[in-house]
Amino acid sequence: MQPEVLLAFLAMAAVSYLIRVAGFLVGGRLHEHPRLRAALDQLPAAILIALVAPKLLHGAPAEWLAAVAVIGIAWFVDLLLIPLVVGVAAVVVLRGIL
Amino acid sequence: MISEPAVPDSARAAFIAGALSCAPVALGVLVYGLVFGALAAQAGLSLGETATMNAIVFAGSAQFVALGLWAMPPPIVALSVATFLINFRFFLMAATMGPVLRGWSRPRALLALLWVTDENWAITMAEGERRHWGAFFLGTGAVLYVTWLAAGVIGHGLGAVVADPKRWGLDFAFTVVFLTLAVGLARRRRAPLMWIVSAGAALLADRLLSGTMLGSSAPVLVGGLAGAAVAALTPRGADAA
Repeated sequence: MQPEVLLAFLAMAAVSYLIRVAGFLVGGRLHEHPRLRAALDQLPAAILIALVAPKLLHGAPAEWLAAVAVIGIAWFVDLLLIPLVVGVAAVVVLRGIL
Repeated sequence: MISEPAVPDSARAAFIAGALSCAPVALGVLVYGLVFGALAAQAGLSLGETATMNAIVFAGSAQFVALGLWAMPPPIVALSVATFLINFRFFLMAATMGPVLRGWSRPRALLALLWVTDENWAITMAEGERRHWGAFFLGTGAVLYVTWLAAGVIGHGLGAVVADPKRWGLDFAFTVVFLTLAVGLARRRRAPLMWIVSAGAALLADRLLSGTMLGSSAPVLVGGLAGAAVAALTPRGADAA
């Protein structure tokens, strides 16, 4: 493993860990600031949406249709396994048809 | 760690109870980890690198994003910033860990924070306050940690076998995982304006900034911050506790 690769992993690990330590030490104080808390609360969803939107835009109709199926399933099913299997299977089939 | 003689049996029982209650989630993490391993192989990471990343980073979403940003040499600043933004939710989760780790020495409590991730944190909170709550939490974390490590290694092996990931739709697995996680989060907290602003800002950043130093991380950073800003500024966001 090259040193830069290990360094990148260590940087990611350190960032992730220091966030937890900071959160633990600050404790419940952030809960007193509802707006900040709301923003932090929504950040993961916002990031995931921001991540997936360009991927879908760059895709083809096969990806779009499969994405609709995934959204529909994921709305009702909590287990990642099911949308994952259906989504991947759907895109394989749709790419063959379209 | 938990089997030291000073820890009474009931703590061990709590550890096992935590591990068992995390088993169904571990199945999801297993699949997620298999996909991660396969995609890591596709992104050019060796088996050792994949295992090392899983062992020391141990943060699924951030690791998937890292694969999307991966290049040689690794863009350490972009990786760190993306990791910071994606994992900033751990700040709040860790903030709730005080009661779970009550009575623990400071070094032990800080060490336990390494295992705060979405799934096992949620299961620990859902369990509610109990005797040896900290041991219960360690049980949930141990199961996910071992699963994540093993799944990454196995997935990496399988990934090398799959010569053309596109043929198997594996390239789309990335999108499905993100989409599923986004829908899951969105379903629990309905904020349509935030979703639209995040997606819109991300697409705009994708068009305008994809050639800059930020590269493919620009949509994540811009869309993520725009969505969080909306959550902070809407009255609804202020109401949500």
